[in-house]
Amino acid sequence: MNTELIGIIVTFLLTLLVAIPLGKYISKVFKGERTITDFMNPFERFIFRICSIDPNKEMNWKEHLVALLSINMIWFVYAFVILITQGSLFLNPDGNPSQTPDLAFNTAISFLVNCNLQHYSGESGATYLSQLAVLAFLQFVSAATGIAAVLVLFRALVNKTTTQLGNFFVFFTKTVTRVLLPICIIIALLLSFNGTPASFDGKDSIVTLQGDSVQVSRGPAAGFIAIKHLGTNGGGWFGANSSHPLENPNYFTNMVEMIAQVIIPIALVFALGFFINRRKLAYTIFGVMTLGMLTLMIPTVISEVQGNPAIAQLGVEQATGTMEGKEVRLGPTASAYWSIVTTIISTGSVNSMHDSSTPMAGMMQLLGMMTNCFYGGKGVGLLNYFIFLIIAVFISGLMVGRTPEFLGKKIEAREMKIASLIALLHPFLVLAGTALSSYFVAHHPDIDWAVKPANWLNNPGNHGFSEMLYEYTSASANNGSGFEGLGDNNIFWNVTTGIVMILGRFLPIIGPVAIAGLLAGKKFIPESAGTLKTDTATFGIMTYAVIMIIAALAFFPALTLGPIAEYFNLY
Amino acid sequence: MKKYLLPGLKLTIVMIILCAVLYPLLIAGVSKLAPGQGKGETISVNGKVVGYANIGQKFTDDKYFWGRPSAVDYNAAGSAGSNKGPSNADYLQVVKDRIDSFLVHNPGVKKEQIPAEMVTASGSGLDPDISPASAKIQTKRIASIRNIDELKLLNLIDQHTESPLAGMLGPSKINVLKLNIALDDLK
Repeated sequence: MNTELIGIIVTFLLTLLVAIPLGKYISKVFKGERTITDFMNPFERFIFRICSIDPNKEMNWKEHLVALLSINMIWFVYAFVILITQGSLFLNPDGNPSQTPDLAFNTAISFLVNCNLQHYSGESGATYLSQLAVLAFLQFVSAATGIAAVLVLFRALVNKTTTQLGNFFVFFTKTVTRVLLPICIIIALLLSFNGTPASFDGKDSIVTLQGDSVQVSRGPAAGFIAIKHLGTNGGGWFGANSSHPLENPNYFTNMVEMIAQVIIPIALVFALGFFINRRKLAYTIFGVMTLGMLTLMIPTVISEVQGNPAIAQLGVEQATGTMEGKEVRLGPTASAYWSIVTTIISTGSVNSMHDSSTPMAGMMQLLGMMTNCFYGGKGVGLLNYFIFLIIAVFISGLMVGRTPEFLGKKIEAREMKIASLIALLHPFLVLAGTALSSYFVAHHPDIDWAVKPANWLNNPGNHGFSEMLYEYTSASANNGSGFEGLGDNNIFWNVTTGIVMILGRFLPIIGPVAIAGLLAGKKFIPESAGTLKTDTATFGIMTYAVIMIIAALAFFPALTLGPIAEYFNLY
Repeated sequence: MKKYLLPGLKLTIVMIILCAVLYPLLIAGVSKLAPGQGKGETISVNGKVVGYANIGQKFTDDKYFWGRPSAVDYNAAGSAGSNKGPSNADYLQVVKDRIDSFLVHNPGVKKEQIPAEMVTASGSGLDPDISPASAKIQTKRIASIRNIDELKLLNLIDQHTESPLAGMLGPSKINVLKLNIALDDLK
């Protein structure tokens, strides 16, 4: 077997090796059991005291959401203000300018919602101050917000009737102190000892061996890149993200970054099993998610390794696969693996340019974001999955003529309404956005805007359509990767994707948390012969089918105009 | 909502101090022990810095081994790929032109021997590496210009080939800058 293929298999196995114990650890932390990080206790108590937070005060689901939304609002204002003034603030050794209001609007939302769509390049569009105090800060707190939200679900699924679902601020703070910071320190040091810069020095100027004068952008990147992956954020320190040789110096760091981005999403699935003491349910969910991942991963790897047929026609040798937009030290196989991992779990960091992927790979990347729940983003992936699970319970209940129940709680009209609305929101945001932008490209290409719609696209035909479809899919899924050829730093794209991102973040948090809160308040019905079992392979396949059918029904027409049409043009 | 704003504000300040001040300072401090002291590892020739170990450079001179095409012309002030789609006709024309130009500069090389990476742009525009095959098809050109035995060049390539991680994970590669520095030293 070739070394590139072994590389990705070993990466996946190592991921599981880390994720399972991590899941157990996360469960213990939030159950209040003893863990090795208990030395943080006094420090956390100190934080709660100076912030006037009573850690013992439990909240119901509505209070959770109000607390979550309030603190997010503070972060948005703070981020926006720093970004539009960064040019005249300190820690700006390269003298980069402030962001325009529309770009700052987009960037602030993008990092607030754990999306990290970037309509700027880190080297020229941000300062060290904004990279650290705004962007990296938001990478930490947005990830912790997602986990705090999914913990409400954990608490709600423990079998008893209650409205008391823990304290948002405690979940949030402990996620940072017990999970994100300690692991980030390890990852950041692994990166910096492999060549990623970590100092505060600005750009360097050098004369190359051949005698050209060039500059080299640097900065305290290692810590940023650690949380960018661990928090499934994905925003790059440098413009080229993790294909940049300082952001991802070698194959080892590539493995570290690939593992870092997916361990917490997987660990949370296992944590759920430990937390509510239903391990078999967790294994079933993990099985469905892994099946989903493989469904997207295998065609992507095959297609990328085979190479681009148009390049093959030109007569050159594609020994390892497609190389446009790829790096030699990483290779097409690991790039294909990364492109699926990053799209299913909403990281959105890239180690190759997705815009240059083969049509099959591009479609699978899109589908990863369209389903958005195979492992899924920090906390929200499991919340999305929960929505599909509720729908699957309801449909199977109807099919076999049983009352739809999940873990001893009846699923009724109100929960189903919320679940259906949330399941439809994502396609609505993606398709409405793409339709709007396509309308301008097709009918008003020369409208009098700073960047004319005729100049938005970097590629003609179906691939150009894919660039727009990808942008809205990425925004709505809070993914943040892009077909980066799209000319997106202008008012139209900054504002529309900003709105899509914010709706695509908070509604899919509010919906499942509301369902969880409603279920928690219901009477517990003990399991009987008439209960539909939700931890069996049959039910797992059912959930998988529901996810795929909803994605296919919603997105197939759009995919036909983009990657599918391009596929048939090319092959 | 009001009762959560003040605790939220205070918690925000605490988190900024923790995640955006203490954390990066800790990483920067410990990284002073890393190669290049966390500023990026540089390579010097005769005491003069000629480049960063991990950042690719532009080599267009026939006497040097070439690296890959770059969408940012190897100026590491920025970084980007071409973002050209696989079916884009203009893009395919660019690749075709690169193939023709490669053949002109490398007499004796056949089209089907050219690895695709030598005519396609990298993701970052700063790719420091090429594969061993890409180095080997350039030896004829360099041997005739520098008047060196081609075998010596092939040896040099073997010496500079970095094998996969732990011998079995990922691709083999060659750092073009290091290879060219060694090439200049070759007598």
